[in-house]
Amino acid sequence: MSTIFAQASALGKAGVSVVRISGPSAFDAARKLAGSLPLARQTALRVLRDAKGEILDEALVLCFEEKASFTGEQTVELQTHGSIAVVRAVLAELGKHEGLRVAEPGEFTRRALANGRLDLAQVEGLADLISSETEAQRQQALRLFSGGLGELATSWRESLIRASALLTVTIDFADEDVPVDVKPEVLDLVSGVQTGMKQQLLGFGAAERVRMGFEVAILGAPNVGKSTLLNALAGRDAAITSEIAGTTRDVIEVRMELAGLPVTLLDTAGLRETDDVVEKIGVSRALERASAADLRVYLVEAGDQDSFEPSAEDLIVAAKADLLAEGSAGVSGLTGSGISELVARISEALLNKTARAGLATRERHKSAMERCLSALESAVDMVGRGDEFSDLAAEELREALAALNSLIGRVDVENVLDEVFSSFCLGK
Amino acid sequence: MKHLDFDVVVVGGGHAGTEAAHAAARMGVRTALVTLRKADIGTMSCNPAIGGLGKGHLVREIDAMDGVMGRVSDRAGIQFRLLNRRKGPAVQGPRAQQDRALYRSAMLAATEAQPLLSIVEGETVDFIEKSGKVSGVLLADGTEISAREVILTTGTFLRGTIHIGDVSYAGGRMGDKPSIRLAERMDNFELPKGRLKTGTPPRLSGRTINWDILESQPGDSEPTLFSFLSKEPEARQISCGITHTNEKTHEIIADNLDKSAMYGGHIDGVGPRYCPSIEDKVVRFADKTSHLIFLEPESLSNDTIYPNGISTSLPENVQKEYVQSISGLEQAEIVQPGYAIEYDFIDPRALTLELRLKSIDGLFLAGQINGTTGYEEAAAQGLVAGLNAARAVLEQEPVLFSRAESYIGVMIDDLVTRGVSEPYRMFTSRAEFRLSLRADNADQRLTPLAVSLGCVSEERKKLFYNKAKALESAKNLLDSCAFTPAELRAANVNVNQDGSRRTAFQLLSYPDVSLDTLLPLDPTLKSITPTIAKQLERDALYVNYIERQQREVDAMKRDEKQHIPVSFDYSALDGLSNELKLKLSRSQPQNLAQAAGIDGMTPAAIALLLAKLRQARRSKGA
Ligand SMILES: Cc1cc2nc3c(=O)[nH]c(=O)nc-3n(C[C@H](O)[C@H](O)[C@H](O)COP(=O)(O)OP(=O)(O)OC[C@H]3O[C@@H](n4cnc5c(N)ncnc54)[C@H](O)[C@@H]3O)c2cc1C
Repeated sequence: MSTIFAQASALGKAGVSVVRISGPSAFDAARKLAGSLPLARQTALRVLRDAKGEILDEALVLCFEEKASFTGEQTVELQTHGSIAVVRAVLAELGKHEGLRVAEPGEFTRRALANGRLDLAQVEGLADLISSETEAQRQQALRLFSGGLGELATSWRESLIRASALLTVTIDFADEDVPVDVKPEVLDLVSGVQTGMKQQLLGFGAAERVRMGFEVAILGAPNVGKSTLLNALAGRDAAITSEIAGTTRDVIEVRMELAGLPVTLLDTAGLRETDDVVEKIGVSRALERASAADLRVYLVEAGDQDSFEPSAEDLIVAAKADLLAEGSAGVSGLTGSGISELVARISEALLNKTARAGLATRERHKSAMERCLSALESAVDMVGRGDEFSDLAAEELREALAALNSLIGRVDVENVLDEVFSSFCLGK
Repeated sequence: MKHLDFDVVVVGGGHAGTEAAHAAARMGVRTALVTLRKADIGTMSCNPAIGGLGKGHLVREIDAMDGVMGRVSDRAGIQFRLLNRRKGPAVQGPRAQQDRALYRSAMLAATEAQPLLSIVEGETVDFIEKSGKVSGVLLADGTEISAREVILTTGTFLRGTIHIGDVSYAGGRMGDKPSIRLAERMDNFELPKGRLKTGTPPRLSGRTINWDILESQPGDSEPTLFSFLSKEPEARQISCGITHTNEKTHEIIADNLDKSAMYGGHIDGVGPRYCPSIEDKVVRFADKTSHLIFLEPESLSNDTIYPNGISTSLPENVQKEYVQSISGLEQAEIVQPGYAIEYDFIDPRALTLELRLKSIDGLFLAGQINGTTGYEEAAAQGLVAGLNAARAVLEQEPVLFSRAESYIGVMIDDLVTRGVSEPYRMFTSRAEFRLSLRADNADQRLTPLAVSLGCVSEERKKLFYNKAKALESAKNLLDSCAFTPAELRAANVNVNQDGSRRTAFQLLSYPDVSLDTLLPLDPTLKSITPTIAKQLERDALYVNYIERQQREVDAMKRDEKQHIPVSFDYSALDGLSNELKLKLSRSQPQNLAQAAGIDGMTPAAIALLLAKLRQARRSKGA
């Protein structure tokens, strides 16, 4: 049984974050971070350090012995400061320990269940877990597959399926009329994936994540005042604002902190029918970007025709409140009225999201890629040793694909066989 | 009107039916094997060979359960070859060319010799039903056979249609009528079904082949047999010939495509992609100018040759023309034309893991009727259905085969959980745990189960326990002998000079170390016999991988133990999407592992399902 860990509390800057470690090496792992552990069920303040001795945070440490914890296994809870950067650093450090891995969604609960530790109320709670998991995955997938990583993931998928198919051909169809030396192509495919994945991993540093944070898109007709609002929110002149409709052709990003969360505001091109080629590109790029964002704020003016379909959680705000009758709700980028209410609404919506989905999904991706890379490395080694080891090479590829399950979708033997039959003439 | 009474009735004397009947009889229940003609038993409709990659594993597993296919193949084998001999042991597959006539007589002899098993000749046309349960069959001559459980294994005979060019007629296979009345009777059950097709090449007269100019392929000098009980082949061993199609052949085929049953639009059934007709090969891989053909003798006692690689549904005259365009076959005569056959199959998702129909009490299905192809696939299903039918008669719990323990388990789970979209054939890549599911350890994986079920002969039991004992003591010895790096260097084994001792077993996992390498270091190792040593070397080779897979295996086994009652109400599962609810209630998984195999299931969804199962059980217990 492996030892698993994950952030067990909702994300957000305020308050405390809880990182939970559960499984047979939970105490050992915690000891490596905290030096020494308090007695079971007693809290103690400890400085957490990484392997090099650098301080990560000061945290309250709480240990539970086997059969006396939420999961029924040896468990440690680290109550760290609520900062995203701190939590990420702690998770990243735990990920480096041998035999530890990030928990799958629902895995703590699953272990609790398996060990007979859940009561009925908690069982009911599982239902919520599932709906949030699916929603988080949907959004995650959308973001992943509409951005650059999406294209990469698709190409990784294709390469690894093809590489598996090549090995499968030499194993399962060895008695047939097929090309024998698949080695060069397999190595080529695998090394392409390795390179791409290593680059992605570099971008996964904790600081980088915090900098990226959430994306909030501001949408609305041209000249409705999106850029002015953005400037007011950001407190500086980020987007060019002018009176000519359609100035903001590209997507402009402004990073800021809202309620302790790192947020990137996206100022998009005005949504309208246009014949201008450049502007058309701008509009479609705006829509694409906005649909992948975590949240959309629609600025509307009385008389706008509805050229968009907001989803239930998107925010709709009346624009140019300074021109409206006194006392009506709305925002004005010019006078600043309604801005703080809007900030509150945005941060509430984002906090809601962190509570549900969590950045942990990204941590999972990172550890998935790391597992995949290590399996690919062994695969290359096995391929290099020749035909005699193709069963082991295939096994390493299977492991690599299993690791990427959460990122590129499940690849099963049928996908591999499809590739085999479409590119080789088999069958006696 | 005759009336007979049995515990289990098996309909169809093909590979599935024979193995099913033997399994039931070995379990100690009175069994009847009803088939059109006695001569059906052991008949090979197509390629005269048993085993191969993945398939050889199935035969070994059938044998480990004391089934008949392996033993009979060893008696009738005329060329044994271990495929993938130079690759890892997990992906090696024994295969043997069979003498059709010998196979048939050996299978019939084994069947007649099996206690509690009776052969009944006749066409089954109807089922006897009593209070909603199938409880026997009715034959065309009016004979009634009553039984507690019925197993249907009629292969390609349900609405079989044979196609040769634009000629088509009803037939179960060449020379046999289809089962029309039975097919109509089956319609009343309103089971989900579909249509598949497969084909076979023309048979040639060996005398008319110019062997002198052809390459020949002999068998292995040290044959690898199927059965753990067999020692050596009994029949005379032969070689096969090898030839190739050429551009002229392809031209003839391309020019006549519109006359092919498949390309002329006469066939709707889906064919197997791994076993394409020569028409398919020429069309889909137009840039290939030549395809390999194995010329396989069908028997020592006649002259028929099976040209493996050119199955077809072209008209007879075109078959002749293209055959004679091939090197060595210029004068070849066709003794039976190639043909394609289309047939009904039942969607195997209508079955439980025991191969019992979910909607009809008392009826099991096994073999090609479930959408598979191949003798070995059919026989393995027959074994599962036969054992379970007998268990039901004996009022015992079903026997389920796990994906983690056998190819049989992989196949049954694939069939009943995912269904088929083309004729299903076994490949080693279908088994995720293939490194531990090896042909060489099939006995260790399954014979203990067979012993506990009581379907094993005394001879096999003794042999198995002797081997198991020898393996255990050899393993203990290997674990207890340990050597320092310096000692190893003296024996020419290079390891890190890190001062730590390594056991003999650990050392065997090194690719270039075998037991022979270690013998000079410790003379007690000489007590290990070569067969036992070989097996342990294989175990050692994979040990690290197998340990890594253990977590997956444990999880799967744990989930397999979580039974889901048939009455389980998925609509009451708050939090699951409607789509998942629908999929689950449609496929009615029997346990959590099967549910996890359903497309789209997430770990959390499985956790929810588990939680609800627990809750239901608890409230029932309370
Ligand atoms: C033309 C052709 C080509 C094939 N090509 C290949 C191939 O290339 N590769 C491959 O792996 N496999 C091939 N096969 C498949 C292989 O032959 C079968 O998968 C295998 O024989 C199936 O075994 P079975 O026991 O399910 O059915 P079968 O072996 O078909 O046995 C069915 C038995 O049921 C009996 N029966 C039918 N109806 C009744 C009834 N009403 N009452 C009593 N008895 C009945 C029949 O007499 C027959 O003995 C081919 C089969 C055919 C016919």
